[in-house]
Parts: sequence; C-alpha cells; structure tokens
Amino acid sequence: MIELHGLTKRYGDKLAVDSLSFQVPKGVVTGFLGPNGAGKSTTMRLILDLDRPTSGSVTIDAKGYGVLKEPLKYIGALLEASASHPGRTARNHLLWLAQSNRIPLHRVDEVLALVGLTEVADKKARGFSLGMHQRLGIASALLGDPEILMFDEPVNGLDPEGILWIRTLMKQLAAEGRTVFVSSHLMSEMALTAEHLVVIGKGRLLADLPMAEFIARNSRSSVRLRTPHPEQLLDALAAESIPVEPGPQGSFEVAGGDPARLGELAAARGITLHELSPQHASLEEAFMRMTADAVEYHAGPEGAAGQAEEHGTAAAPGGWGTDWRRTRKGAN
Amino acid sequence: MAMASFPAILRSEWTKIRTVRSTVWTLLLSFLVTAALGALLSLLTKNNFADFRRGALTPFDATATSFAGIMLGEIAMVVFGVLAIGNEYSSGMIRVSLAAVPQRGTLLTGKLVVIGVLALAVSLVTAFVTFFLGQALLGVHRTTLGAPNVLRAVLGAAVYLTLLCLFSAGVTAMLHNQTLALGVLVPFFFLLSPILSAVPRVKTVAHYFPDYAGRQMLTVFQEPSAPYGWLAGFFLCGAWTLAAMTGGAAVFKSRDA
Ligand SMILES: Nc1ncnc2c1ncn2[C@@H]1O[C@H](COP(=O)(O)OP(=O)(O)O)[C@@H](O)[C@H]1O
Ligand SMILES: [Mg+2]
Repeated sequence: MIELHGLTKRYGDKLAVDSLSFQVPKGVVTGFLGPNGAGKSTTMRLILDLDRPTSGSVTIDAKGYGVLKEPLKYIGALLEASASHPGRTARNHLLWLAQSNRIPLHRVDEVLALVGLTEVADKKARGFSLGMHQRLGIASALLGDPEILMFDEPVNGLDPEGILWIRTLMKQLAAEGRTVFVSSHLMSEMALTAEHLVVIGKGRLLADLPMAEFIARNSRSSVRLRTPHPEQLLDALAAESIPVEPGPQGSFEVAGGDPARLGELAAARGITLHELSPQHASLEEAFMRMTADAVEYHAGPEGAAGQAEEHGTAAAPGGWGTDWRRTRKGAN
Repeated sequence: MAMASFPAILRSEWTKIRTVRSTVWTLLLSFLVTAALGALLSLLTKNNFADFRRGALTPFDATATSFAGIMLGEIAMVVFGVLAIGNEYSSGMIRVSLAAVPQRGTLLTGKLVVIGVLALAVSLVTAFVTFFLGQALLGVHRTTLGAPNVLRAVLGAAVYLTLLCLFSAGVTAMLHNQTLALGVLVPFFFLLSPILSAVPRVKTVAHYFPDYAGRQMLTVFQEPSAPYGWLAGFFLCGAWTLAAMTGGAAVFKSRDA
C-alpha cells in the first residue's frame, strides 16, 4: 500500500505539492485527479524517490522506495517524460530492466505479447508512435509482475482504440487484485475506470473518497421534456404532483424523473412530445466546481474540446470543453 | 538496508552499453584513429628522419612517435565517456533507471565500473596494436617492448585513455546533460588544452590539466619542458578523474531526477 504523510515539494518558491496525506487503497483502481499543474506528476516522482520531498514522506508497504530491493517487483510505473533510448530496441530495453531487478528473462517476451509489441520487439524505439511508446512504458511497468501499478496520464495523446485498451487493462489489473494508481486531468476518464478517487488542486488534497460516493453526491439526473402543448403537459404533471422546472429553449425538466413513466403519462393524455431525454449532470462539472480555485493552467480550445468529445460520456450538451475555458476565479 | 544485487546492476549496465550503436562506434573510432594516425606519423618520421630530428636535444622516442595519433583518438574516448552517462539524460531514461535501481550510489558505481572496464579493454588493444604497427613502420628507428620504460609507456597509453574516459563520464554526471558535457569537454580537450599548453606562462597552469598530465605516462624520455615525470603525471591525472567521479556521484545522489 502506498501511504503519503504530509508530503510537500517546493521548486524554488513554487509549491508543487502541499502537505499531501492519503493512502492508495489495495486491490482497486484509484483515480488521481487534478487539473494540469496540480502536482500529480510531481507526487508520482516523489513516490518513486526520483525527486526528494521538501518535507513529509512516502512509504510503500511501510518502506521507503529507496530501500526497496528490486523495486520493480513491488511497484511498476509509467511516468510522463520517461522514455527508452531511441537507438535501442524494445526487447533490449526490457532486457536491461529485467536484468537490473533479476526478473526472469521470459517475462520480456510475455510483457511484449501482453502489450501487443511482439512484432516490433526488435525495432528501435526511434520509429515508435506515441501509442507504441506508451505500450512499451506499460510493458516496463508490468515486467516485474508487481502488486502495485502507477500510471501518469496513460491515455494522453492516444487514439480511441489505445484509450479503450488502457481502460480495459487497468480494470483487468485491479480484477487480479492489484493496486492501480492512475492520474488524469479528465473526470470522465476516471468515472469509467476508478473505484476510488483522490482529487488534488494546487498541490493540496481536495477529496479522497469512493467513486460511488462522489457520483451519488454530485450527480443530479433529470428528464427533459419538450412539447408543442406546454399547458396540457404542465396540467398533466400537476395532476400527478410531479414538480417541474423550466429548461432551456422552452423545455421542461423533471428532477429525478423516470423517463418511462413520464412518456406513458403523456401518451395516456394524448400529448405530443418532441423530446423526452434523460439528463445527467456532468461529473466533469462537479470536478471543476471542486477545483475551481485551484486551476492553474487553462487547456487550450483544441486540447479540452477534443478530449471532451473523445471521452464524452457524462458531458452535458455544450460539453465541459467550453466550460473548461471559462475564466475561473483564483486562476492566474 | 536491502541493496540491489551488484552483479545484476553490472549485467544490466553492460546490456545498456552494448545495445546502443553510438557508444560502440565511439570505441571503435578511438581505436581506428589512434592506430591509423600513429601509423601514418611513424611512416612519415621514418621517411624524413633526418629533417624531423635536426637540432633535437632529446633522444628519439619511438614509442611516443607511434602514439602521436592519441591526441585525436582520445576525443572519441571522451565522447564515449560522455555518451555512456549522458544518453540517459538526453532520452529521459534516467527516471526508468533510477526507478529500477533507487540506490543511486550503487547504480553510478556499476555504470562507472562497466564503462571503465570496457574502456580499459579497448584501450589495451588500441595501445598494443598502435605500438606494434608504429614500430613496424619506423623500420631501423624502432624500439622494442623490452627496452627500458617502453612497456610502461604502452600500458600508460591504455591507462591514459581509460582515465580520460572516466573523467568525462564523471563530468557528465556532474552536468547531468549530454549536450552540455560534449560542448564543454570536446572543445576543452581538442582545442583549449593543447593551445594553452603551448602559450608562454599560461602553459605552466595548462601543464596541470588532466590530459597533459596523463600524457606524461606514455613518454619514454621525459620532455625537457615537462615539470614532472610519468609517475606524477599518473597521479595527477588519476586525481582529476577521482575528483570528477566523486563530484559526479555527489550530484547524482542529491539531485531530483
Ligand atoms: N522540476 C520542476 N521544477 C520546477 N517546477 C516544477 C518542476 N516540476 C513541476 N513543477 C511545477 O510544479 C507544479 C506541478 O506540476 P506537475 O506535478 O507536473 O503537475 P500535473 O502533473 O498535475 O500537471 C507545476 O506548477 C509545475 O510547473
Ligand atoms: Mg503531469
């Protein structure tokens, strides 16, 4: 289990991580969520003892990373901006890694097959696409068959197929009883994979709770109705004492409503409906409300909007892509 | 404290070095340049012996003549030392390496041992091949390994190249940047040091630089201008190397990766 105790990291006068304390629960996928610049990558580097904390500490199974003997057998990591040498083949990259931690060499071929790189195993990393690099990084993380896996924004820059592959892999790893700690700046990504959620902003802990609890607290579902006969509809709803609120463009919204029941009600009274659609308040919106004061960088139109579309699960019409760009108080 | 297995680190570092072509090439280049240039200079010396030796005050040093190419060959060795450490920084692989072996002192030691042993092996081959080739081409002016101080000078050439390589590796660890290390070390050894050691007055300082000091190891007859002999040269060059490696280790251990 990874435990952080008052972890703090300062770069010059920039406080990147600010007294973080939390535990990464065993055997589930934990989403590590925060806007760009929140300190996710820094926290992960501190966990691996790559950067030294200004104060506080991290332990893995009650030990500091620096004293782990053959650490790849405990924890495998995919970090941002860590790479293989461009002139070395995928197989040789995994070979030196395996040798350094006395991992049986047959694991090299196993992980190559697992991430689908067998065919390019003897090609130099120079020619790899972003997705192939990511797969090689994941192969490195899996090499020692570790109980704990840590991925820093693994879906960044991947095509939809690659994203799906990583989601499935993370769930599968957790199903095998492994601990998966994965960072993202996209709530929608986490909602699909994570069972537990740790949210940070400006280096500080904002939330640490089960995903289900976050959803229950933050998702308000409603049903949107649109009709050319609003009077009749409002009468029908009033007769059943169903509370209704005006929605956008002359529509009506029934909070917590059941679309089947509302549809039947309208049919029974012969009311024509032009729209009957369930609405889910976006988790993305809830996440952004939570981190509103802690947003440091604003994603450009391209990045945010593009990704919202790619992932677009719970996103409300109009998307959080546009919302993301809205100027936020406290941002500089 | 639990420690990573040192033989495992050596094996892993050896794999790293042999699986990247650029590092292997620099070693081959060091051998080729030193031997070929030495052969050429030996041949020229034999054919123009009277001209070259006119007014010479010191006895003819056949060994040093065959090693004339080392001035260029050493640059390839310096580049090898830089690449072997520096390519971890240029590629971002350093984080993968440190995540695999968080005991930084042990990791750097393993690296330096592999670099040093490989450099010594290549340098020994270079030194003996260069010596025998040069002597064969010097004809009647040749010397033999059995002559006084000659074997020491040939071994000195190998030790010189190895120390320069380790010095460069240490400096690269200190600078933790491959491009910067190349940009500092290559002009220093290729231009600055040779020029400064020829400038009056300045040269008294330049005579204590690692390359000038180390090169005293491969002279059979001490040059009149040299302020000290081969043994002092060995210790001085060794001290520079030790200092660079210690400094490199201090930075390597303390710095955020
Ligand atoms: N090596 C570093 N030197 C200086 N500042 C850094 C360094 N690494 C990160 N930072 C700063 O720390 C903050 C957190 O960065 P990071 O951990 O990369 O955030 P995230 O991964 O959540 O996007 C940012 O403001 C970033 O600029
Ligand atoms: Mg990051």
